[in-house]
Amino acid sequence: MGNGEFGHKGWGMGKGGGRRRHGRGWSEGPCAACPGRSLNDTAPGTTCRISRLLGCGPIRQRLMDLGLHPSREVTVIRSAPLRDPIELQVGDTFIILRRREAAQVEVEHV
Amino acid sequence: MSDRLVVALAGQQNAGKSTLFNMLTGLSQHIANYPGVTVDKKSGSYTHDGRRVEVVDLPGCYSLTVYSLEERVARRFLLEGRPDVIVNVLDASNLRRGLPLTFQLLEMGCPVVVALNMMDVAGQRGLQIDLPVLEKRLCVPVVPVVGRKGQGVETLRIAIAGARASRPATLNYGPLEEAVGEVQRAVAEQPALRDMSARWLAVKLLEDDSEAAKLLCDRLENPRPLLDLAHRLRRGFGPGSEAADQVGAARDRLAGDIVTTCVADTKAGQVPLSERIDRFLLNRWLAPVFLVATVWAIYQLSIVQGYELTKVTWPVLAGFRNLASEVLPDAGFLYDPQVRSLGLWMVDSANTLLNYVPIFLILFALIAVLEDSGYMARIAFILDRILNRFGLHGQSTLPFILAGVFAGGCAVPGVMATKGIPDHRARMATILTVPFMNCMAKIPLYTLLINIYFPETKGLMLFYLSTITVIAALLVAKLLTVSVLRNEETAPFVMELPNYHLPTITGVLRRAFDRTWLYIKKVGTVVVAIAVVIYVLLQFPGVPAERQADYRQQAETAIAGFYDALSGNPHLGAVASQGDLVDLVNAYSAYRAQRLNAGGRAAAQALDDRFAARHPDFVPFVLRSRAPEARAAAQALRDLVNTRTTLRREMREDRIESSLLGHVGRGLEPVTRFADFDWKINVALLASFAARESSVATLGVLFDQDDGENVPLEQRMGTAQNSQGYTALSAVALMLFFALYPPCLATVIMVRVQTESYMWMVFSIVFPTILGLGVASLTFTVGTWLGLSGMQTMTGVYFGALALLLLVALPKPRLHLSKAIPAEERP
Repeated sequence: MGNGEFGHKGWGMGKGGGRRRHGRGWSEGPCAACPGRSLNDTAPGTTCRISRLLGCGPIRQRLMDLGLHPSREVTVIRSAPLRDPIELQVGDTFIILRRREAAQVEVEHV
Repeated sequence: MSDRLVVALAGQQNAGKSTLFNMLTGLSQHIANYPGVTVDKKSGSYTHDGRRVEVVDLPGCYSLTVYSLEERVARRFLLEGRPDVIVNVLDASNLRRGLPLTFQLLEMGCPVVVALNMMDVAGQRGLQIDLPVLEKRLCVPVVPVVGRKGQGVETLRIAIAGARASRPATLNYGPLEEAVGEVQRAVAEQPALRDMSARWLAVKLLEDDSEAAKLLCDRLENPRPLLDLAHRLRRGFGPGSEAADQVGAARDRLAGDIVTTCVADTKAGQVPLSERIDRFLLNRWLAPVFLVATVWAIYQLSIVQGYELTKVTWPVLAGFRNLASEVLPDAGFLYDPQVRSLGLWMVDSANTLLNYVPIFLILFALIAVLEDSGYMARIAFILDRILNRFGLHGQSTLPFILAGVFAGGCAVPGVMATKGIPDHRARMATILTVPFMNCMAKIPLYTLLINIYFPETKGLMLFYLSTITVIAALLVAKLLTVSVLRNEETAPFVMELPNYHLPTITGVLRRAFDRTWLYIKKVGTVVVAIAVVIYVLLQFPGVPAERQADYRQQAETAIAGFYDALSGNPHLGAVASQGDLVDLVNAYSAYRAQRLNAGGRAAAQALDDRFAARHPDFVPFVLRSRAPEARAAAQALRDLVNTRTTLRREMREDRIESSLLGHVGRGLEPVTRFADFDWKINVALLASFAARESSVATLGVLFDQDDGENVPLEQRMGTAQNSQGYTALSAVALMLFFALYPPCLATVIMVRVQTESYMWMVFSIVFPTILGLGVASLTFTVGTWLGLSGMQTMTGVYFGALALLLLVALPKPRLHLSKAIPAEERP
């Protein structure tokens, strides 16, 4: 079965597989159309409320699994030494994610 | 219920599932793979009340969706493995995040026992958990445990034995509830679906879960009505994944609700300890300092101190070789029995490998400390930006450290450790570049060549070699990512930063021993098997007949000379026959080998006494004495043994030259001459494919000369090569090739296991060979053309590679961002 098993693995876009360049996939598509204030633009030390999650599929699921649901409060703790990724706090959970993914989380200030 | 109980251990990552698993099963556990996938399946067992309880440790998962391999594997086991009880391990200090998985497990309809782990951490954090209320809300037994300290195991075992199918809490899905009920009723009507929870399946269908739909198609003759119903209801909630979001939100709401009723936070508003530590360790300026210090400490403790330790363990291995050489049939004067040569060859191969065991034990223990303490995730956080630039992942750090970022490591555990990288493309790039690191077996060849050609600039040369491999790995990772791996799946980088924990000694030791054992088992079997193949290739077809006759003639002359020298000597009687002479020669060689291994005067004296007791007749020939006859006898014996050693060496060289591998080496000369590799080096490189260590061993054989054992290989190779016009430039080409050389066989097999593809396995051999040969040829040709010295060339290559690295790393991201993200989204 070759590397077929991996066809499902990870957080790719699923069946659209071969043709798209996934590395850039997130920033195109639905999110580009609705630029709001995202976690990517939030300075460390700021607490804000999640208004909605952009993107779809695995990334969305993973963010929700870690507690990033709409209406929950999230604090940006710090950036990595080279500015990317960033660290967040949601409830008692500390999460690290790249800015590319942080740009998918739309927030409003509280 | 049968007398065998199957228990599945389910929980999220960092909930302490493995610790609890070890605590429940003790030492009786084994690791296998789930069918068809590379996810480890750990299982173990214990006996409770005369009943055998089998525990299966499911892969850690946040949820039970189809999006990740681990979650699919866990879910398939829960559905098809039919465990009698599910033990849900929850992190007591973070219930809010753990409970959604609990709800999903409850929905599946199996009896569930909740093991509330890390109660001590929750206590320190000031969390007071009202267990009775929690039990009432969930309607299943809740057992508080502290896995790290082994508290609560007995209670948990009793709860497992007493777990019954109950009516657990059902989650109200709010606006979705009506739809769930409708699908649930439709599912319950299907007799073919009786064996699974209708509610669970209903929710999954509404979530648009692809495997649930597949399950319907498999089980039902006509799944359409049900699928259509689910589809229609799903549409009613809006486009896209709206329904699935509602499900997730309902779970999160309930989790929040339960936490407010059951958990009282007495230290609310205080900054957690982990965060306070991170303010230092992840500080923008201090983080790189701590990181470098950590890696330096690992290097010092494992590689430097580990080598010290091998000085203690090596005599044990050498003693083992001497034992083998005694047990195997005796050597002849010129020709050894095949069994003996093959046996010793295999012992030697195994020994080179086992020699590294102390280093690996320390290295693996330190890495277990890094993982258990939670710092490994922080390393990923610090380095992800750099690694990501080259198509790798923050979690590629561990494999690179294991494989030997600086010097000394092994690619086999490195490739194994790529298992945890969630991004498939980055994982493939890591697997294919990890072998470039300087594993411990590459070092001897470097040291050999550096000692011959760069004795004055040793340090600088070693620095170049140990860092150029990292540069090469990053560049190759980038190259592969934009070429052959272009279409592989990638994943976002989103992970939890675990709290800091003090690692437990047992946990660390267990991991260190497990990994070392795996290394010995996997590498050991392969290397020994391949050693046999290489032996055959080096041995046959053997020395041509006329040369053999020639050697025999020389041997007879030498023996006659020995008897001439001894004529009139009273000790002649001890070696009356040729058989006695062979015995004497063998006894002498064995004595010399043991003497070399015996440390200290007392040990040497004991050895002398043993020898005297065993071979009283040979004493004058072998042991030191002042009597003139004995000295003459000893001198005659030494001359004979020296001649014999020379003859055997020449024969061995002849044999290798006319062997199959020798022919291949000669056949490759037209290709390799651009890099200035002659057939001897080709043979060494081919042999080193089995295990890199053997490159130096083979060179040792090939560059042996007649002047006895006292001249080190450095000198022998140096003189031989100088006379053939070799220069430091050739050495640079050879070292560069060796740095980029394809992974050894054991690693290649691990690549096959981890990628599940023969194609990638072949690629991992062919690509580095071409790359290495290309770089070596280019270096040699250009260096010769410009008339540069070895050092100048190496410096040139190094800074060229460094410039290329910066060229790839620096300007790229801006380009990427501006192309990928529309202007208004940029900060």
